Amino acid sequence: MTDTPKDLRYTDSHEWLRARPDGSVEIGITDHAQHALGDLVFVEVPDAGRKVTAGEACAVVESVKAASDVYSPLAGTVLESNTGLAATPEQINKDPYGAGWIMRIKPDDPGQLARFMDAQAYAALVASAAE
Amino acid sequence: MRTPESGPEPLIFELSHAGRVARAQLPPAAKGSATVPPALRRRTPPRLPEVSELQAVRHYTRLSQLNFSIDTEFYPLGSCTMKYNPRGSNQYAMLSGFLARHPFAPEVLGQGLLACLFELQDMLCAVTGMRAVSLTPMAGAQGEFAGVAMIRRYHRDRGDAARDEIIVPDAAHGTNPATATMCGMRAVEIATNADGDIDLDALRKAVSARTAGIMLTNPSTLGVFERHIGEVAAIVHEAGGLLYYDGANLNAILGTVRPGDMGFDVMHMNLHKTFSTPHGGGGPGAGAVGVGERLAPYLPVPVVGREGSRYRWLTEQDLPQSIGRLSGFMGNTGVLLRAYVYMRMIGRDGMRRVGEHATLNANYLLARLRAEGFDAAYPTRRATHEFCLTLKRQARELGATAMDFAKRLLDLGCHAPTTYFPLLVPECLLIEPTETEAKETLDAFVAAMARCLAEARADVELLKQAPHDLPVRRLDDVRAAKSLDLRWTPAA
Amino acid sequence: MAFIPHTADDVRQMLTVIGVSSMEQLFDEIPESLRCGVLTGIPPALSEQEIGRLMSERAAADGQPLNFLGAGAYEHHIPAAVWAITTRGEYYSCYTPYQAEASQGTLQTIYEYQSMMASLTGMAVANASLYDGASALAEACLMAVRAHRRSKSACVLVPRTVHPLWRRCARAICSNQELKLPELAYDRASGLTAVNALAAHAGSDITALVIQQPNVFGLLEPVDELTDWAHAQGALVIAAVNPTSLALLKPPGEWGQKGADIVIGEGQPLGVPLAGGGPYFGFMTTRLEHVRQMPGRIVGRTVDLDGKAGFTLTLQAREQHIRRAKATSNICTNQGLLVTAATIYLSILGPSGLEQVASACQGRTSELVERLGRAGAQLRFPGARFHEAVLTLNRPCETVLAALAGQGICGGYDLTEDYPELGHALLVCATETRTSEDIERYGQALARILSGDRP
Repeated sequence: MTDTPKDLRYTDSHEWLRARPDGSVEIGITDHAQHALGDLVFVEVPDAGRKVTAGEACAVVESVKAASDVYSPLAGTVLESNTGLAATPEQINKDPYGAGWIMRIKPDDPGQLARFMDAQAYAALVASAAE
Repeated sequence: MRTPESGPEPLIFELSHAGRVARAQLPPAAKGSATVPPALRRRTPPRLPEVSELQAVRHYTRLSQLNFSIDTEFYPLGSCTMKYNPRGSNQYAMLSGFLARHPFAPEVLGQGLLACLFELQDMLCAVTGMRAVSLTPMAGAQGEFAGVAMIRRYHRDRGDAARDEIIVPDAAHGTNPATATMCGMRAVEIATNADGDIDLDALRKAVSARTAGIMLTNPSTLGVFERHIGEVAAIVHEAGGLLYYDGANLNAILGTVRPGDMGFDVMHMNLHKTFSTPHGGGGPGAGAVGVGERLAPYLPVPVVGREGSRYRWLTEQDLPQSIGRLSGFMGNTGVLLRAYVYMRMIGRDGMRRVGEHATLNANYLLARLRAEGFDAAYPTRRATHEFCLTLKRQARELGATAMDFAKRLLDLGCHAPTTYFPLLVPECLLIEPTETEAKETLDAFVAAMARCLAEARADVELLKQAPHDLPVRRLDDVRAAKSLDLRWTPAA
Repeated sequence: MAFIPHTADDVRQMLTVIGVSSMEQLFDEIPESLRCGVLTGIPPALSEQEIGRLMSERAAADGQPLNFLGAGAYEHHIPAAVWAITTRGEYYSCYTPYQAEASQGTLQTIYEYQSMMASLTGMAVANASLYDGASALAEACLMAVRAHRRSKSACVLVPRTVHPLWRRCARAICSNQELKLPELAYDRASGLTAVNALAAHAGSDITALVIQQPNVFGLLEPVDELTDWAHAQGALVIAAVNPTSLALLKPPGEWGQKGADIVIGEGQPLGVPLAGGGPYFGFMTTRLEHVRQMPGRIVGRTVDLDGKAGFTLTLQAREQHIRRAKATSNICTNQGLLVTAATIYLSILGPSGLEQVASACQGRTSELVERLGRAGAQLRFPGARFHEAVLTLNRPCETVLAALAGQGICGGYDLTEDYPELGHALLVCATETRTSEDIERYGQALARILSGDRP
């Protein structure tokens, strides 16, 4: 049973978005994604200050059997990345929506967040993909 | 940091003893002077083993005994064609006259070698229906690179530089899209349908003025023959693209069908698969490329040419439109000689018998395994030289995955089939027996698979904890990737 | 039928089990129009005896000329044990060690190889091999572009003192990905990379500089100065080195202030016969921080379920079978058997054996240069060298080499095509396998040829 918190938004490439009080958007990968990847062994995060476009690959999560790009759903600037993941990539497996956050972005257009699917739609997407 | 309990054989460095030297191997002293300017001199010797010759021989002999190999076990690794590597091929490729030859030695002193290579080029043309062959690519992946690079040059020379897309079925081997990227192209994936054939509608939608070509293997990676290959060729050619054949599965159709006749414009052959050269624990291979008329000017150099009775290397001067050199020399010559010897021993009628018996063995195994309760991934299709089983039912009902079966087979003295490739088939085992295996060996494999199934029903942990009887048990590959230990260092 | 064990009975039984009446039926999914019929271009089968005879005749016809050729492939004594063990079936006929538990022999051998190459080159990590030195150079250029985050130019400077065939190969492999490989001139007097050629690129965005040591002329480049210059420009350093020479020369990991970043080379000198040009192997080593950008397979040590040490392929997520279009390279099969041979070679020779081989090579080449000098050849570059030297002759190399070939001597590599500015320039090499008698024989033959006497 994958976990899909109701207060977050989701992409069809299995990233989640969380609006933070300071206006930034926190991004990570979902429980479904971490489960599919297996134990993560390496995470590459973007440098702070980097400008990203919507849909741009800006991080990499690597397990023994796969290496996947993580896409920034929004255009904006990277405020900070979870550099602790270098030492403990397994945080993404253990706590994908909390300590396993990957990056925080200052979006060019905060209104874009509402256009992403909600928890119910994402849960349906995952369910239909699993035959 | 705690060091792990030692494995079956210590490291060669752990056998080292300071000052120990293999005296018989030291060169005679030279008369001339030998100095290095102090600023460029090495200050500390490299950390190489200091052992006697016997210690080295014993160590590496014992290590070899930890391996599974074709010479010792049945090795039904799908898409790899693990057929017998004839000892004769090795013996004659390593005759001292061939072994001693420097690659740049004058051609007049290499006519014997060049004759073998020239004849090999011709035989490979004959068996593939291609017009010309270059033997230089040093593996299938390099052959793919050459092929896609030739396609790219061909379009550019025609003023059609917009063609930067290579269509690849979603079932393709990973080298195909990786090759497209290496050639500065974009890989565009299209779907395979439930019967194992390419989805022709998807193909029609995917072709455009940006299509440089399509990369295919036939039979496909799913182990079935692409029945609509004629239409595939027509669709791609009409859109202005070329067809590339990945020769990994040539063994199935050897002597029966030629890729050139299927409409392919360029292909590579895996001499270490179809033509029995040794896999060597990860190579060396040889990925000769063949081309039709259109791409002949672009072949990578050098290529062996003949003028009258004299053989010589054709280089950039002779092939000014060549995509260039892929090696510092002429490719894996020793591997090419082994393939030559093999092809001469198989001969004209033998080629067809190879394809026939490879197909017979695979269909036999498929029929027997289905009778034992395994599911074919494509139950309505004939096996070619290989076939996919899907163990998704066993995974669901018994909790035993393809990996678990693979590991248990090792205990039973068989190398496992290919697992989890192609990616399309869930819990996939891709099984390729090859034509060099006798019926008794196939029957023994079926018995081993049946036993695994029975064990999975009785006590699935036996499979999940397998292998039990090998020098090591299942290895922690997560730890291998996280705590990188990629070289020995002396204890502090 | 060679290597097909089936009897007619076997075939009959198998067809029955399958549920078909003929072999032909197994191909019923293949359109009839695609069948090729009899392959006329293939001769009838030969027995092993017959092909053995043909091969023996051809090998004998090629003879075994006395070899003074180097130019990237070197004749060394290979201890008999090396290939006796390497051609054992368990090493020879196994495949890529994907099932690690069934491949500990190959995996541990590769781990030991990685350890030796890392130490030999003075770097942190090694991969399990690439195809050869020239294609390894191409891969190193591509890797430098990936690894160097800040550089946008994809520009790798390649001195003309890098082997011409390696430069051509790098161009052929890299040009499809829009890399630029501008060449750097060498100083005509010294034969080394020219300082003012470097200066022309100062201040521009350079991704990497290639430094070959010894260079194509056999000479020793000022590697410390070149390395520091490149790093001061913000460029990475790709070192292209001869592995035997590393027994005597400072390894690339110790070049300049910070050491080279990526090291490659041709591994053939380490226990691999000349064999007409291959199979050889390319080696690659690098800094730990670049390990994920390094193409090719890598073996790591880990533990099994019982906590016992074992070996497995690792970091595979970078490779083609997982990462596909975004892989570090498309390389799959590499040169495993040759790596096995090299590992056994290095184990038997050890550090002092390798050093003695390297010293003997240097000594023999000095002896050769002196003797050929007395025969009328001129030493072109007087500087420090390893085991090759450029000589200039009083007539075209092509005719000299043809005359020498007629006497069963491979005299050297003709540099005229790639370095016409050097005149009739010949690259000669003498390794530890050349005796004083060999050298005397060459000297006498050359003296006759250069003085215009009929051979």
